[in-house]
Amino acid sequence: MKFGVVVFPGSNCDHDAWYAASANLGHQAEFLWHSDSSLKGSDCVILPGGFSYGDYLRCGAIAKFSPVMASVKRFAAEGGYVMGICNGFQILTECGLLPGALVRNRGLKFICKEVRLTAATANSPYTRAIPTGAELRIPIAHGEGCYVADDATLDMLEAGDRVAFRYVENPNGSLRDIAGVLNEGRNVMGMMPHPERATEPLMGSSDGRMVFESLIQCYASQFSPAK
Amino acid sequence: MSQITPEIVQAHQLTPGEYEHIVSILGREPNITELGIFSVMWSEHCSYKSSRIHLKKLPTRSKLVVCGPGENAGIIDIGKDPEGNDYCIAFKIESHNHPSFIEPFQGAATGVGGILRDIFTMGARPVAVMDALRFGPLDDPQTGARNRRIIDGVVAGIAHYGNCFGVPTVGGETVFEPSYAGNPLVNVFALGVFRKDQIFYGKATGEGNPVIYVGSKTGKDGIHGASMASAEFTEESKQKRPNVQMGDPFMEKLLLEACLEAMHTGAIAGIQDMGAAGLTCSTCEMSSRAGTGIEIDLAHVPQREQGMTPYEIMLSESQERMLLVAHKGRENEVLDVFKKWGLDARIVGTVKSDGIMRVRNHGEIVAEIPSRPLADEAPIYDRPHTKPLRKVPMEGPAIRSKDLTADLFTLARSEDLCSKRWIWEQYDYMVRTNTVAGPGGDAAIIRIKEIGSSVAMALDGNGRYTYLDPREGAKLMVAECCRNLSCVGAEPVAATNNLNFGNPERPEIMAQLVEAIEGMADACAFFETPITGGNVSLYNETLGEGIFPSPVMGIVGVMKTEMPVGIAFREAGRGIYLIGGIGEADGVRMGGTQYAKQVVKDMWGLPPALDMVFEKQVQTAVREMVTSRVVESAHDVSDGGLAWALAEAAFDNLTGANIDVDSELAPELLLYHEGPSRVVVSTADGKSVETMAAKHGVPALKIGVTEAGRLKISNKGITLVDTPLATLRESWATALESKLEAEVHA
Repeated sequence: MKFGVVVFPGSNCDHDAWYAASANLGHQAEFLWHSDSSLKGSDCVILPGGFSYGDYLRCGAIAKFSPVMASVKRFAAEGGYVMGICNGFQILTECGLLPGALVRNRGLKFICKEVRLTAATANSPYTRAIPTGAELRIPIAHGEGCYVADDATLDMLEAGDRVAFRYVENPNGSLRDIAGVLNEGRNVMGMMPHPERATEPLMGSSDGRMVFESLIQCYASQFSPAK
Repeated sequence: MSQITPEIVQAHQLTPGEYEHIVSILGREPNITELGIFSVMWSEHCSYKSSRIHLKKLPTRSKLVVCGPGENAGIIDIGKDPEGNDYCIAFKIESHNHPSFIEPFQGAATGVGGILRDIFTMGARPVAVMDALRFGPLDDPQTGARNRRIIDGVVAGIAHYGNCFGVPTVGGETVFEPSYAGNPLVNVFALGVFRKDQIFYGKATGEGNPVIYVGSKTGKDGIHGASMASAEFTEESKQKRPNVQMGDPFMEKLLLEACLEAMHTGAIAGIQDMGAAGLTCSTCEMSSRAGTGIEIDLAHVPQREQGMTPYEIMLSESQERMLLVAHKGRENEVLDVFKKWGLDARIVGTVKSDGIMRVRNHGEIVAEIPSRPLADEAPIYDRPHTKPLRKVPMEGPAIRSKDLTADLFTLARSEDLCSKRWIWEQYDYMVRTNTVAGPGGDAAIIRIKEIGSSVAMALDGNGRYTYLDPREGAKLMVAECCRNLSCVGAEPVAATNNLNFGNPERPEIMAQLVEAIEGMADACAFFETPITGGNVSLYNETLGEGIFPSPVMGIVGVMKTEMPVGIAFREAGRGIYLIGGIGEADGVRMGGTQYAKQVVKDMWGLPPALDMVFEKQVQTAVREMVTSRVVESAHDVSDGGLAWALAEAAFDNLTGANIDVDSELAPELLLYHEGPSRVVVSTADGKSVETMAAKHGVPALKIGVTEAGRLKISNKGITLVDTPLATLRESWATALESKLEAEVHA
């Protein structure tokens, strides 16, 4: 499987995602430059963490206008896998690929720590290999990770089984403890925690591998992400 | 051309003698721009004129040192990758004390930015940052509110810059004393990694090579920042806020990526960041180092506002700017890289062979100064030094505790010893996925992905010890740093220092500086940790009140990459050994301890006694125990003594200890003395611990066993301390936050 990791000016977890996918998971990974429109034949595009374009104005608000994002949108519309992590999740909500928004943490401070997550559904390419009820130890590192949406949207997400991850102990005030969500086609997923930072024992946890392994299994079995 | 009056000279903090020297270098009177240029280059901050003759006493070489003091950062060889490429680390510590008092958020943020540029200007990618912070007490009735505002701003500033830039802030230390209330300390350590064949130096080589300016536009911010950092604070200092620069970590991140990429083209001959004294310092230092001259025209310098004078442009300390020299004919390769990253890069001048730094403005010469005398002939002073300032008695009060367990809770809730989680959770300490051991341990560990090794880093400094005895305090600091590294299994290899002191023109302050440097020199030579660079910050005084003499040490060690051995006890029922034994203490040696500060609320006497030979033996033994995995945990005894070291080892897993020793020491001393050369280890293999200790000639005293949920310490069967861990941990974990929350209600 080939992962493409987008590099925006200000991305700073691009290398981490690349390293997790290639060195730790043993798959192909390549960087995709923000001003190029080619996705270089990626099977999954990762929008990594960081501060794209400095995150001036609003997190992710400028990244949505970059040439690469036009390609990513097309790719997503065709059913391609798109995973947004942290700033990548913020970009996905800004450009309308995922509903809701990420606002400042409840405590108004940046928080970096390991949190516990559960997969809220097994019916997704990002969670199918995660045992039901299992608690994953995965780090967060964000200042604006509080997930918000209006009640109707939240109800719709839950009714459609589109909440991908939930916090066991909510660190940032996210509504309904939501840590990650899926699009309607279930091929696009955004999450604030960093699974790529938990892909080897040396980092203190390998639980993030399950997110990647779900995807890799899914790809291997040619599972159709659309319901 | 303006006339230079004695008043103007004085306003530039130059002495009449220094002015004479300037006139003799130039062979004429300087103009105002030239005077400004000299004043920043010859400021204490840039020239080290008070400390230089003493800094020469420090050891700076070893077989691993690739580059010592004088460059942007020191460089150490750390080993080869599988293909045989040599890898190096570049590291340095630097202070941003004065700006952080005036404007805490931006002061601290730009402190991080400045040291990061020092690292990547040499070609290294920054992979870790640590901070040593000193603040006034948070609950002081007079200064508490301001102290809380300062810590809040400083921590947010460090977090903002480091997190956005994408470098993990992996640890540090934070200490509170009244003497820092009017003069907080913000010392930032940074470390980067690169290949030995990709090192760049700040040299303007090659006549005719173009000089390129890249990064942020030049504005009026930070003019005279270097001179501000070379004066005491007065009531007017708060009006110096415009002297503090504004940081833009996003711009810095782009500069990092673009500079590293541009370096790899092979088209760059030399590069230096514009830090203190901005364009002035980078131009004259680069040409002085290369023995060349340099000519620039300010008309080409990107400017943030119209109508800036040459004086302002040359002295601006606007952040996120670099000056580089490209090989002639290859400048477009360099410019293309910066264009790709969306950065402003302009050719502003040329390297010359005449040894002159010539500054033009639209063609007209506005400054013409020989580079080498400007950069290297700053006055050097052997300032008078007498007996170090010391206003406390040798003998302290009789120490008689009412409740030794309650004392332990007092320590747990103290600002110095309580958990610093509130601080470090605001830092992204994991980005780049190299953090093997982050904040909260004895030393931080960063793995180097390219080779099979990791780098361990420890920062230490104890102003109370150095105040009581600058020479011994400095030695203790070096010893503790090396001990911290040994506890994680790393071999200390090199050091960087930050010398934070008061006004060197006061002989009793100068004496503190001289003795501390000499103590540090002795200890660094003994522990084989040469000092490869650092920073001196003087005039840390407000309204005549100096800080404690506060040297801070950063020492790095190298180790194999593997799962770390931490400070925490892991399992109940393990043997606990005190490597190095219980140690010696008396009332006089208790005067600088945390127990004296937090419980007795007094200060007197001397710091703990250090035997460096014994200390080294203990460290060697502990390193062997850790690297051979004979122990499950290792934690050194330092602030708060043995009882506190046991408590810290117990918190993580709520696995405590049941201790019984056989000592003649008074209980207060036994539990809370801070004698060095002691490490608490837990093990399932006591025999091997004893064998290894014996091999190195140090005692391994079995003092008890680990026990779930409780900490109990007895002497000769008599219980001294007994507490459930949960309550102790709660006090420790919540203390800092609850003190800071007072802000909301204040």
